[in-house]
Amino acid sequence: MRTVRIANGQGFWGDNVDEPLRLLEGGPIDYLGMDYLAEVTLSIMMRQKLKNPAAGYATDFLDFARRALPLLVAKGVKVVTNAGGLNPRACRERVFEIARSLGLSGLKVGVVEGDDLLARLPALVAAGHELKNMDSGAPLAPLLDRVTSANAYLGARPVAEALAGGAQIVLCGRVTDTALALGPLVHEFGWAADDWDRLAAGTVAGHILECGAQSTGGNFTRFWEVPDLWNVGYPIAEVAADGSFTVTKHPGTGGLVTVDTVAEQLVYEMGDPTTYITPDVVADFTTIRLAPAGADRVAVAGVRGRPQTPFLKVSASYLDGYKAAGQVTVSGPRAVEKARLAAEIVWKRLERAGIRFPESARQVELLGAGAVLPGILTADAAEVPEVVLRLAVRDGDRARVDRFGKEIAPLVTAGPPGVTGFAGGRPKAQEVVAYWPALLAREEVESQLTVSVEEV
Amino acid sequence: MRVKLARIAHARSGDKGDASNVGLVATSPEAYELLRREVTPERVRAHFAEVCRGEVERFEVPNLLALNFLLHDALGGGGTASLLTDAQGKTHGQGLLEMEIEVPEELLG
Repeated sequence: MRTVRIANGQGFWGDNVDEPLRLLEGGPIDYLGMDYLAEVTLSIMMRQKLKNPAAGYATDFLDFARRALPLLVAKGVKVVTNAGGLNPRACRERVFEIARSLGLSGLKVGVVEGDDLLARLPALVAAGHELKNMDSGAPLAPLLDRVTSANAYLGARPVAEALAGGAQIVLCGRVTDTALALGPLVHEFGWAADDWDRLAAGTVAGHILECGAQSTGGNFTRFWEVPDLWNVGYPIAEVAADGSFTVTKHPGTGGLVTVDTVAEQLVYEMGDPTTYITPDVVADFTTIRLAPAGADRVAVAGVRGRPQTPFLKVSASYLDGYKAAGQVTVSGPRAVEKARLAAEIVWKRLERAGIRFPESARQVELLGAGAVLPGILTADAAEVPEVVLRLAVRDGDRARVDRFGKEIAPLVTAGPPGVTGFAGGRPKAQEVVAYWPALLAREEVESQLTVSVEEV
Repeated sequence: MRVKLARIAHARSGDKGDASNVGLVATSPEAYELLRREVTPERVRAHFAEVCRGEVERFEVPNLLALNFLLHDALGGGGTASLLTDAQGKTHGQGLLEMEIEVPEELLG
C-alpha cells in the first residue's frame, strides 16, 4: 500500500536546530514540515519589516537552507513551512541566493500570500466586520491604532496548490500548524474539499506532528521510561490514501512512540474534543482509534470530520503597555523569610519614590518554595535551603516599569544577607504585545489568496 | 486506598486562549471509569484553588481514555501579558497528577 511519509522537524521557533537535518539524513521521508510562528511572532516580524522592507521572516530557516539544500535537492524531499512570516517573497529571494551560492539550479519555491490583513483592517472594520475578541467578545475597533499585526489562519488548499505547481519548498505566512501536513496529503491523494473524514484524518496527523518531539517521548509523563531522550527522534506519519496512518520515528533514534505518548499529544492544547476547528474541516477527536503496531509504531484510524465553518480565525496582536521581571537568589538560613522581606523592601522603596503597583499588576514568586503550583506542590519553609525570588510588574507607563527595574540590584547590599545571583543588568521594560483572536468571514480572505511558484 | 492520580493516569497541559488545558489520560479502561466518576470539575477547581480564578470545564474523550479540562483564568492574564513564570500552564498537568483519590487495590497492579 502506498503511503506518504510526513515528518516534523521544528515544533516552534526555538526548537532544536539539528533535528530537520537528522530527519533528512536518518531515513526516508517525503515531506518535512517546519513551524516557526508562535502567536505573537508575527508582531515581532512586523516591527522588523517596518525597519527593513526586506526583513520579516524566520531567519533560522535560512540557516537550515544553507545546511540542507544540497541534500534536500538530492533526495527530492519537499519542505512545507510558515517561515515566510510576513515576507515570504523576501524569504524566497534569500533561499534562491543560497541555492545559487551552492551551485544549485532548478529548485522551485512556492509562496503563499493573503493571510496578512493589517493594511486591510480599517476597511474591514468599516465594512462591518467587528473582529470581536473570541474570549472577551469585545470589538476590535477601539484598538485599531494599537494593532501591530493581524493574520488569518490559512488552511491546506493553498499549500497543495503550490505543491501542484511543482514547488519543492513552500513558504507560507500564517497557516495552521496542521496544514503543514494536510497540504501535502491533499496534493498527493487528491482529497476533495468536501471529503470531511479524510481531511479530518490528515488534520489529526498534523496535530500529532505539530509539536515535534511531543509525540515521540518529549514532555511524556513517564519520562523515566523514555530511552535516550537526549537523542529523541522527531515524529513521522506514514499516511495512506484512505487517511489511516502510522506514527513512528527513524530507527536508531532515542525516544518512544506508544499509544500513551501519542494520546498525550492528542489532548495537548485541546478544547472541545468533538469540535476541533480548522479552515479545512471540523475534526472530531472522539472518533480517533489508536492501536500499537510494533516497536515505536502506533496506528491511527477511524477519524471522522464535519463540514468547515464559514469563518477563518484571525490572530491579531496589539500593544498593551509594558512589563519587566527581575530575580535574585536568596540562600542561607531562613531563606524563605529573607526572600519575602526582600520583596517587601522593593515595594516599599518604590512607594517611597511615589510608585505603587496594584496587586493585580505585580507578582512575587519564591521559586523553589512551591511558587509555580501554589497550594498543590508546596515546601516546608524551614526545609528550603535557597529560593529564587522573582518579581514582576506590568504598567501602561514605561518609566514606572523601568524604575521598578532599578530596585532589584540594591537588594544585594541593602537587603537581608545571603542575596546573590543578580546578573545581566537592570531589568528593562518590555512592550507587552497582547494577543487578539477573532473570526472573519472566510470569503474576505480566500478571495485575495495568491500562490506563486518560481524557479532559481 | 488513597493514592495520587499519577498512579493511574498521565497528563499533559498547555494554554488554550485565556485558559489552561489539562488532558488526563487513564492507563486502563477501568481507571478511566474511576477518573470519570471521581475527577469532577468541582474537585479540579478545588485542587487548583490558588491557581484557577475562573470556571473549570470538563470534556470526555472515551476513545483515548481521557478527560480534558479547561481551567479558565488560570494563567495570570495569559500569553505575553502574564507576569507568572508558568504563563502557558505547562506545569498544570503535573499539578493535576498530585490530586489524591480513593482507588481500589486491584487497579493499582
